[in-house]
Amino acid sequence: MTHSLPPFQDLLERHSEDVWRTLRAMVGVQAAEDCFQETFLAALRAYPRLRADSSPRAWLLTIAHNKAIDHIRRGARERAQEIEPAGAEAPAPDAEIWSAVAGLAPRQRAAVALRYIGDLSHREIAAAIGCSEEASRRSLHDGLETLRRLL
Amino acid sequence: MNDPLARTLRAPAPEARAAARRFADRAAAEHEADLAYTTIPSPLGELLLVASPRGLAQMHYLDEPLELVLETLARRRSPRIVESAGALDPWRRELDEYFRGARRRFEAHLDWEAMAPFQTAVLRATVAIPYGATSTYTGVATAAGNARAQRAAGNALGANPLAIIIPCHRVLRSGGGFGGYTGGLHRKHYLLELEALSRP
Repeated sequence: MTHSLPPFQDLLERHSEDVWRTLRAMVGVQAAEDCFQETFLAALRAYPRLRADSSPRAWLLTIAHNKAIDHIRRGARERAQEIEPAGAEAPAPDAEIWSAVAGLAPRQRAAVALRYIGDLSHREIAAAIGCSEEASRRSLHDGLETLRRLL
Repeated sequence: MNDPLARTLRAPAPEARAAARRFADRAAAEHEADLAYTTIPSPLGELLLVASPRGLAQMHYLDEPLELVLETLARRRSPRIVESAGALDPWRRELDEYFRGARRRFEAHLDWEAMAPFQTAVLRATVAIPYGATSTYTGVATAAGNARAQRAAGNALGANPLAIIIPCHRVLRSGGGFGGYTGGLHRKHYLLELEALSRP
């Protein structure tokens, strides 16, 4: 036996909240549920091929990122622009932050979410987004710059 | 600015738990997962039930930590395991009835796939022992096609992956001795007593 993967249920329990948070930041609360289900279904199907020495967290967040981008591309440009606040009772600063994040370009939004929610390294973010490390650093930087201006 | 941003993005997401449960239930129901499990209380302690798409694959007395049992299961059978109480409902219902003395036969499907041929033969012979009756190691070895393989029959029973449902507690030593029981003799005793009391 060269390696062994933990039961999938472990991943589900350990990472579902961060997957949800990442999707909430990228596609909003309404679309998060569908993307969440698609993310874990794709992960479950591919799970036996995951290398046991790779980070399941970065892997799951990469899949979540891809599902979010699919959702945004599915002609849902308008929907992607209007992310609902995390809760109706969200205090004012939160609502401002959500709408500022929602206004970012998808790649910048992804870089910010993967960094601040996923706590991924620049290399992992680049791999998730599918670009060079330099480009992902730039997306993160530009995203934060925009947020700084708005908030 | 970074702190409020991080705080907002990382705000608790209690919806995730329910979404994860919905996912696991659906993955089990649609057979996307190879195995589904749940634990249930019983008069003999907590039981672990594991089903594959073919039927109930394992039922154990949960005497070890659940994580260890699941890790072993992931390594030996498949890591595509999810927790779903709903997926195990048919067997849970039958077990409840059994422990109430209201059920004499288990009818929901069993998964025999992972068992070796002789073990299958021994365990099928064991299933044929009627409720409230007993047999012997020689008896099931004979029924499995090899009267001299009592020891192998004993091993096959000891490794019974479906405790209670495949009634290895009904197999005793030929001389009238109690024989062994993987879950502990007090449990074998309890089950035989239950069946003797509930006999028609």
